Amino acid sequence: MTDTSPALELRRVNKRFGPVHANKDISLSVDRGTIHGIIGENGAGKSTLMSIVYGFYEADSGEILVNGEACHIDNPQSSIAAGIGMVHQHFMLVDTFTVLENIVLGVEGGFRLTEGLATARHELERLEEEYALDVDVDAIVGELPVGLRQRVEILKALYRGAEILILDEPTGVLTPQEADHLFRILDTLREQGKTVILITHKLREIMAITDNVSVMRRGEMVAHVKTQDTNREQLAELMVGRSVLLQVEKQKAQPRETLVKVQNLSYLDGDGVPRLKNIDLELKAGEILGIAGVSGNGQSELLEVLGGIVPPSSGSIQYKGEELVKSKNFTARTLRKIGLGHVPEDRHRSGLILSFEANECTILGYQDSPEYNRGLRLDQSAMVKTCEQHIEKFDVRPPDPHLKASGFSGGNQQKLVLAREMEQNPDVLLVGQPTRGVDIGAIEFIHNQLIKMRDAGKAILVVSVEIDEVMSIADRIAVMFDGEIVGELDAEDATETKLGLMMAGIRETQKAEEAAV
Amino acid sequence: METFQIIVLLLDATLRVATPLVLAALAGMFSERAGVVDIGLEGKMLGAAFAAATVAAVSGSAWVGLCAGILTSLMLSSLHAYACVTHKGNQVVSGMAINIVVAGLAPTLGYAWFRMGGQTPALNGDSRFRGIVLPFAEAMRDVPIIGYIYAELISGHNIIVYMAAAAVPITAWILYRTRFGLRVRAVGENPHAVDTAGIQVDLMRYKALAVTGFLCGIAGTYLSTAHGAGFIRDMTAGKGYLALAALIFGKWKPVPTMFACLLFAFTDAVQARLQGVALPIVGEIPVQFIQALPYILTVLLLAGFVGKAHPPKAIGEPYIKER
Amino acid sequence: MAEKKPKFGTPPKIPGWVNYALVPLMNLLAALLISGVVIIIVGDNPIEALQVLVYGAFGYPEAIGYTLYYTTNFIFTGLAVAIAFHCGLFNIGAEGQAAIGGVGVALVCLYFDWMPTWLVIPLAMLAAAIFGAAWAYIPGYLQAKRGSHIVITTIMFNFIAASVMTYLLVEVLIDPNGQSPESRSFIESTWLPFFHSVIDMPRTPLNLSFIYALVLSGGFYFLIWHTRWGYEIRVVGQNETAAGYAGISPAKNIILAMMISGALAGFVGVNEIQGVQHRLILDFTGGYGFVGIAVALMGRNHPIGIFLAALLFGALYQGGSELAFEMKNINKEMVIVIQGLIILFSGALEHMFRPKIEAAYRRIAFPKPAEAR
Repeated sequence: MTDTSPALELRRVNKRFGPVHANKDISLSVDRGTIHGIIGENGAGKSTLMSIVYGFYEADSGEILVNGEACHIDNPQSSIAAGIGMVHQHFMLVDTFTVLENIVLGVEGGFRLTEGLATARHELERLEEEYALDVDVDAIVGELPVGLRQRVEILKALYRGAEILILDEPTGVLTPQEADHLFRILDTLREQGKTVILITHKLREIMAITDNVSVMRRGEMVAHVKTQDTNREQLAELMVGRSVLLQVEKQKAQPRETLVKVQNLSYLDGDGVPRLKNIDLELKAGEILGIAGVSGNGQSELLEVLGGIVPPSSGSIQYKGEELVKSKNFTARTLRKIGLGHVPEDRHRSGLILSFEANECTILGYQDSPEYNRGLRLDQSAMVKTCEQHIEKFDVRPPDPHLKASGFSGGNQQKLVLAREMEQNPDVLLVGQPTRGVDIGAIEFIHNQLIKMRDAGKAILVVSVEIDEVMSIADRIAVMFDGEIVGELDAEDATETKLGLMMAGIRETQKAEEAAV
Repeated sequence: METFQIIVLLLDATLRVATPLVLAALAGMFSERAGVVDIGLEGKMLGAAFAAATVAAVSGSAWVGLCAGILTSLMLSSLHAYACVTHKGNQVVSGMAINIVVAGLAPTLGYAWFRMGGQTPALNGDSRFRGIVLPFAEAMRDVPIIGYIYAELISGHNIIVYMAAAAVPITAWILYRTRFGLRVRAVGENPHAVDTAGIQVDLMRYKALAVTGFLCGIAGTYLSTAHGAGFIRDMTAGKGYLALAALIFGKWKPVPTMFACLLFAFTDAVQARLQGVALPIVGEIPVQFIQALPYILTVLLLAGFVGKAHPPKAIGEPYIKER
Repeated sequence: MAEKKPKFGTPPKIPGWVNYALVPLMNLLAALLISGVVIIIVGDNPIEALQVLVYGAFGYPEAIGYTLYYTTNFIFTGLAVAIAFHCGLFNIGAEGQAAIGGVGVALVCLYFDWMPTWLVIPLAMLAAAIFGAAWAYIPGYLQAKRGSHIVITTIMFNFIAASVMTYLLVEVLIDPNGQSPESRSFIESTWLPFFHSVIDMPRTPLNLSFIYALVLSGGFYFLIWHTRWGYEIRVVGQNETAAGYAGISPAKNIILAMMISGALAGFVGVNEIQGVQHRLILDFTGGYGFVGIAVALMGRNHPIGIFLAALLFGALYQGGSELAFEMKNINKEMVIVIQGLIILFSGALEHMFRPKIEAAYRRIAFPKPAEAR
């Protein structure tokens, strides 16, 4: 082992999942003591590649070298032994365990726990000090905020002696400020000689922290560059394979009468935790209102309440001047009938039934509409016909109304859902994460459809965690934090910094003081 | 003194009824804490009861019978693991299938081997576990209250009753103070976390189910070679399900589960005495109501009317690596 | 139309017969094979046993009558379990629901026997449905509204039902002139007509409820796949979140599906109590509720599959009692072994053969061009 050898090297790694070639001939070299970014769109194969390095999957072919030595990694155990640690996108923690128990899981140090836990406690104190990772080791993990859980994951890797730390989309659940804190931790790690691999699809993070960056596209590694020698535009182009218009072309909005007026809306979830706090919103015909925020700050609940899926705890929702809350119209079923469409945030969990045929998904939510019913019977020919129309108009592929929903790609599934909701010609459309997991081509198509609908005088509410998306399609932007609307901006006045501060819960009024600190 | 004696005798009967429940419920605890639903406790017990009685009858040794009982239950447990862990089959269906197969197989083999209508020959002497008189039991009998309790309630049970009593603290220790217990609990809460920590989820579940099989084997052996004297068809008579109810009633924790077993066993002991007896205020309680009481209580618990049960989070879900 | 080319990389479609016929057949075969081993162990000839079994089930008119009579019960419980499956629920409680359904039948036949036959028969059927549905309503409600796991609650309700039955037959409905725990016999005007009293065939327990079971199977098919109510039940069964989004109440459909399930199970009481026994007895459900799970699993929750699976189990029951007569080392519990093994292979181990059979089918039907590596 020589000092110049890279900390991690991959040579021609291949991985297939059935017909999907998730990683094609991937080669990669990561220098010791650097932060190496791997960037690519959703589904480009980044997570698969790192799961191979972590031994979660075994590569079909190819070599993995750690510190210049070939390593046979076929399970997490061997990867840990090679000094590789991973912080997964979805935390791999046992919620009912304490921090300490979570960290020792798998490296308990003997059959009896008592001594093992004592040594671990000692060692953790040292690690926490060394890397400025402050966590109470006796806290129950399920009760910790996400930012802290992530630190537990990092500690877990370090405790196992990781020299190479892989972080998979670590900032998805963090505010920009929390993300900055994470970056400071990563900086410290780099200073201490650790190697960090950062997987992300966010250009901002790559530019902010990495030394080198590798770009993946459709399962292939398309470029390796030094971060200082590149820029966002170039990386974006490499990611998608052609130059992208980051800004959607559109006219200025012509807002008209208010269609939906939300006042003082609050919602407590089943455990009595307030998820929405005194929300005030207005949605006008002919405009797109964007709701920005880190996921988990009440956006999902806002959509659920406005979509009639759950009743609010208090407050009022007026639609065309008529109060909805407490009226018998306030159910997901009847809201559709009076002109409120809803494209849900998660098409797999709610928008589609994956085991149903496309034509059966076409009537989801409209199953009792006279259009699809003949007396007692469901009219299957009408279902298929409507589905065929949707497929044609939205260019869904493959054009087969009898294919199961699970057989379509993400973008085509989203088109099926959008078609269903938009073709009912609602006056108000609620859209959650319109382009999550959708390929670039479809993103453009979907954004254009939404803008066309706006121009036709409809009111659209778009919830998205992608700041770029909100900034590019919305006319007005409201930011949610901890169940509240912390502020509202015209899209023209919005900058990433302004939104970022608001997403961290800092209100306009506080901003001056906070900024001064 | 009369009432006191009745109470001691009732408690004595309670212990005897509770023994297989405690063992089976603890068995279920290992399985369910590891994330595998086990409604096959009944079948494993029945299989063990049959094997133990058969082998004890042939060999003349209760201990050899116990080994056979444990071995049989282990095999059934491995079958459950093979179906639910290796092949990701439905855990409820697998448990049910095991119960039905054993309910048929035990009398079928018994009939073919012994020609006694599906029973096994009556056990006596060394082929049966007999009561153990603890030291000084007779000498202390005359000491008021404590002596009587010691002689009647504590002393004089067979070895498996004491095994069951010891199994509770041992289980608690294993579950909360050892590496194995930590991993079992983790695998039932979040198998993905266990997998990424470099522990094989499937292997862990196999191990947990092996413990389940071991304990169920003792429970079944108790029925045919300690409590009874030979195998009778359907001799578990729902005890496996009752143990499952106790496990839920005890919220998947060792000591509360033991108390649930004792409570259920107590209602069983009491119902024999209450038959036809008019109680103050409520009058005569139908014996069937008392029989159904454990099940009613469990339903009430599950409905959240008496406390709230939080099952292990990953229970019932076969572990499949996600992409 | 031009032949559609499969998109590159998509796995070729497996035709229905592989999934719906070949795989269940393999599972059945595996179960029979192991059963054969058991028969060898107890010292009989499995081939001979199979012959006896088949002859006993279908060999002569009387046997067929008995087989179809058992089949009737299995259709009811199979449909009951299947509709719950369609709603994503595992109803292990068909046994208890059938018992309580029988109580409903008995109450009508005992206390409303002054009514004319044409009225009392449908009334008793209705009572079976209502009683069974009511017994299933409680676990359904607890699952829907309080999140109590239906597998456990329905198991508990089976035991509670058994206690209720014992109580009723020992304390309340017992025939005052009899010793055993059973009600008095119903008068003949409340009986369901036997087949042998209508058409020319030997005396068997086969009665009108067989026809009723077939009619219900048709109704089941129509409800599940051709009405919005069936659609809603299936949506809830597949994905409760999506149901909520679509304005379909999971709670309402869970309760509805469980009540239909309980009603279907309750009809076992019609066949047994009103059709055959003509009095309420203990344990008339005889495990039909549990076998219903196997029937639904094997029948893939489809009425045609359920009919075939029910016929299989009906034949096993009838042929099995013949087996106990004819073979010297086999008693009637052997049938339970075979049942259990069928549940094991077609239910718990369903993923054991399927991938292999599908892979084999692909190899045979779509031979790959030599792939360059």
